[in-house]
Amino acid sequence: MSKFKKKKGGESPAINTASLPDIVFMLLFFFMVATVMRDSTLLIVNKLPAADQVEKLDKKDRVMYIYAGKPSSRYVDKYGSTARIQLNDKFATVSEVGAFILAERATKRQELQNVLTTALKVDSETKMGLIQDIKQELRKVSALKINYTTRVGDYTQNIN
Amino acid sequence: MAKRAAPEVNAGSMADIAFLLLIFFLVTTTIETDSGLNRKLPPMEDQVDPPIIRQKNIFTVLVSKNDQLLVEEELADIKDLRSLAVEFLDNGGGVGDEACAYCQGKRDESSSDNPDKAIISLKSDRETTYKVYIAVQNELVAAYNELRNREFLRLNPNLGLNYVEAQKKYDDPRTSEDDREELKPMLDVVKQMYPQKLSEAESSSKSS
Repeated sequence: MSKFKKKKGGESPAINTASLPDIVFMLLFFFMVATVMRDSTLLIVNKLPAADQVEKLDKKDRVMYIYAGKPSSRYVDKYGSTARIQLNDKFATVSEVGAFILAERATKRQELQNVLTTALKVDSETKMGLIQDIKQELRKVSALKINYTTRVGDYTQNIN
Repeated sequence: MAKRAAPEVNAGSMADIAFLLLIFFLVTTTIETDSGLNRKLPPMEDQVDPPIIRQKNIFTVLVSKNDQLLVEEELADIKDLRSLAVEFLDNGGGVGDEACAYCQGKRDESSSDNPDKAIISLKSDRETTYKVYIAVQNELVAAYNELRNREFLRLNPNLGLNYVEAQKKYDDPRTSEDDREELKPMLDVVKQMYPQKLSEAESSSKSS
C-alpha cells in the first residue's frame, strides 16, 4: 500500500515552458528571413501611370518584369537621359529583350511556360516608340500576354 | 547582512509577447501585388488571307505625337472617349443574321453591325507619351466593362455583383471551386456578348 501513498503527495510537475519563447522567436526569424521580397534595384525613374480598369497580377511565379524609363538622377551622367530598358539589374537594349524572355522562360516550371505574363513597368513619361519596339520583340518570341502595370487611380491624373 | 538572492524574472509571458509579435507581422505584412491592364499581342505570323472587315465596323482611335486624340478622324477629348466607344460598340446596326438583340444603341447604319464584329483600332505615334496612351487604353477597357456590367446585371439580377466584381471574385484565390464553377458560365456569356476586340496597331510613323 505504501507504494500508492507515495505518489499521492506529488502533483504532476509543471511543464517547463521556458524554451517556448525561443521556439516562437525561431519561427519569427524564420518567417522574417524566408520572406524574400525580390525586387530588382531600379536604375530608372519608374513612376507608373494611373488607370482604374485594372486587373490584379497575382501569382508572381508567372510574371516576367521589364522596366523602362529614364535613368534615375544618379545615372544620368553615365547613361544620359533618354529612356532605356532595364532587365533584372542592368540596362539593356531592345535587341536583348528577346533573349531575356527566353532565358526567363527557361527558368520557369514546364507547366507554367505557356501561361507567363510579361509585366511592362514603364515610366509615364516614356515615349511610345520604345514600348512599340519592346512589344515587337515580345511578339518575335511569342510572349503575347502582356500587362501594362499601372497604379490604381483616375485616368485624369495622366493628363495635365 | 544576509546576501539576498536575486529574484528570478518571470519569463512565462515572454511566449505571449513573441506570439503577439509574430501575429502582428503575419497580419501586417502585405506583399504588394501589382495590377494593370492585361492585353494580348497579335502573333507574329501574318495571316494568309486577312478577314475582310468593313470600314464601318472599325473604330479608329489615334493618339498623335502631341498627345492629341483623333477618334474616327475627328479631334476629340478623352473625356468623351468612353461614351463614344460605348456608342460604337452598342450600336447594333446589323440586320438579319447580323442583328444584335441585346444592343441598346441607335442602330445607325453607318456604325458597327454588332459587338462581335466591332473592332477598336488603337494607333499611336512613336512620340506619344505612355501615360496618355494608358489613359486611352483605360477608357476603352472601361467602355467594354460598362457594357459587360450592364448585360451581366440584366442576366443575373439576383447575384448582387456586376461583371467587374464577379470577375474579381472569380480571380480571387480564396473563392471556392464551387463558386468559381458557378460564375464561369455567367462571365463567359457576357464576354461573348461583348468580346474585347481591341487592336493595338504599330506606330503610324514608322520609317520602314
